[in-house]
Amino acid sequence: MAETTITRTTLARAGVQTAEEILAPSPGTMMRRRIFGHYGLMIGAFILLVIIFMALFANVISPHDAYDQQLGRKLIPPIWHNSPKATWVHPLGTDHLGRDYLTRLYHGARVSLLIGFSAMIISGLIGTILGVLAGYFGGRVDMVVNFLITTRLSMPVILVALAVVSIVGSSLTVVIWVLGLLIWDRFAVVMRSATQQVRSLEFVTAAEALGCSHLRILLTEIAPNVMNHLIVVATLEMAHAILLEAALSFLGLGVQPPTPSWGLMISEAKGLMYFDPWLIAIPGTALFMLVLSINLVGDGLRDVTAPENRS
Amino acid sequence: MAIYALKRLGIAILVALTVSLLTFSMNYLSGDPAITIAGEGASIEDIENVRRYYGFDRPIIVQYWDWFTNAIQGDLGRSFNLRQPVAEVIFNHLPTTMLLGACAISFGLTLAIPLGVLAAVKPNSIFDRAALTLAVVGQAMPTFWFGLTLILVFGVMLRWLPITGQDSWWNFVMPAVALGYNVAPAVMRLTRAGMLEVLASDYIRTARAKGLRPMKVLFKHALRNAVIPVVALAAVQFGFMLGGSIVIETIFQINGLGYLAWESIQRKDLPMMQAIVLILAIIYVVITFLADMLNAFLDPRIRVT
Repeated sequence: MAETTITRTTLARAGVQTAEEILAPSPGTMMRRRIFGHYGLMIGAFILLVIIFMALFANVISPHDAYDQQLGRKLIPPIWHNSPKATWVHPLGTDHLGRDYLTRLYHGARVSLLIGFSAMIISGLIGTILGVLAGYFGGRVDMVVNFLITTRLSMPVILVALAVVSIVGSSLTVVIWVLGLLIWDRFAVVMRSATQQVRSLEFVTAAEALGCSHLRILLTEIAPNVMNHLIVVATLEMAHAILLEAALSFLGLGVQPPTPSWGLMISEAKGLMYFDPWLIAIPGTALFMLVLSINLVGDGLRDVTAPENRS
Repeated sequence: MAIYALKRLGIAILVALTVSLLTFSMNYLSGDPAITIAGEGASIEDIENVRRYYGFDRPIIVQYWDWFTNAIQGDLGRSFNLRQPVAEVIFNHLPTTMLLGACAISFGLTLAIPLGVLAAVKPNSIFDRAALTLAVVGQAMPTFWFGLTLILVFGVMLRWLPITGQDSWWNFVMPAVALGYNVAPAVMRLTRAGMLEVLASDYIRTARAKGLRPMKVLFKHALRNAVIPVVALAAVQFGFMLGGSIVIETIFQINGLGYLAWESIQRKDLPMMQAIVLILAIIYVVITFLADMLNAFLDPRIRVT
């Protein structure tokens, strides 16, 4: 009788799991480990959550009113300034009309997030539909979509946005729609190539062979596999929209005063920046942190959900 | 090559035509252009006069055809505000913006390409980390705020550079930096990715095996192939820059196309706005067309597809 040695292969053939396989972390645990082990993603998510918290509870966490003007207390410097005027009542000081700067910063976060998110949704819908259709059907559809993308790219975004807003008249809704209708190009480009890649895989051919309808293939076969690309572009475009809104408001054609917007706060402080540089440093830093955090979250999500990490 | 070029040229012309239609339709964005031009508090008679004077009473197709045929012949209408031919004013302002754009893109490329190469040569090293961090930070920086900060630090506090105007080369330093740093992250990432791919290829191994000096392998064999996609990106970015210079030109008060656009937008000078958008779009179309041709020349594989 030959002695049988038990090897991993014989065990695997018999369907028996080894100790390591039983103890190996589940895909869910692996995912969680990847997410919590990604410093960029964690830092970005933390900053973003703080800013979202500021925006949601602006009225609760601040004792002041964002529109309350009191010229008697104007241009109080922030607390770290070595000035007798600095006071904990207004930790970040007050602006040229005596409005509490910290409170306006909280409310400005609302405007930035609202415009960024809404414009991202609109442009995401347009771009994703165009891109997925082009990638899935190819041929003439692809040519038309490509043409639309090239045409859109040739129009200078800021200039067209400024011109349209100046003609139509500026309001929060107008800014959201103009930006949403202008920045769908990256969605279309990325979704098109992502769909093209998935389209050529075997499971799509299998679904076609089974006689599934186009809609069903798009929804159940294509959509789940291009989702990670969509999420990454969505974060990038939200950041893009926030920067554009700030630039528009800075040039006076975005959100109108007295609504607090970070771009508008920098614009209002422009004339005073030589004497009180903190007036532009504070909203600028806030804007920078918000965009940075959204980009970090986007980059992090791409790393974490990349298919090559999935094994 | 010729077929590829003709195909691309056809698309370029079609894009230009579509943009001309879109810019023309800006007239009707507010509903009635005559009311916009006549301004607030104009009487019905005034509005009717304006309508007849500018020809808005004619059918829209006729208006477009007129505007279009004139535009082809170099007549883009008269500015409402400056009372001068639009084309003349624009071509007086264009060189300044082109110069600014050229300075900005040069700055962006000289910053990004060496960083990208360095990051790719030693992936995951401290250089790589630093370059990626710089890219992330650069992407998040609002252009106008960066411009103001530069003014504050180098113009006011250190007094190294002039704040506004365009009298000397020194005036262009800060605007070019503020406009150009924007390009750096994307170019850096693309150079890094291209270099990583090329450095892993067989012909680089062969070059190394032959005993060529590392520097020669890096710059003569690898970089040449890795920067091909950067050409197309740089062209696209240059086009975006001309549009984006409106913010920088208003901050630094440089009297270029961006500043002109800003003034005409504030005064609702429709013919001027339309012409600037149209010209920038055409410049973009021409630049990307040339970049595509250059790319096809550099990389024969493109011509086939």
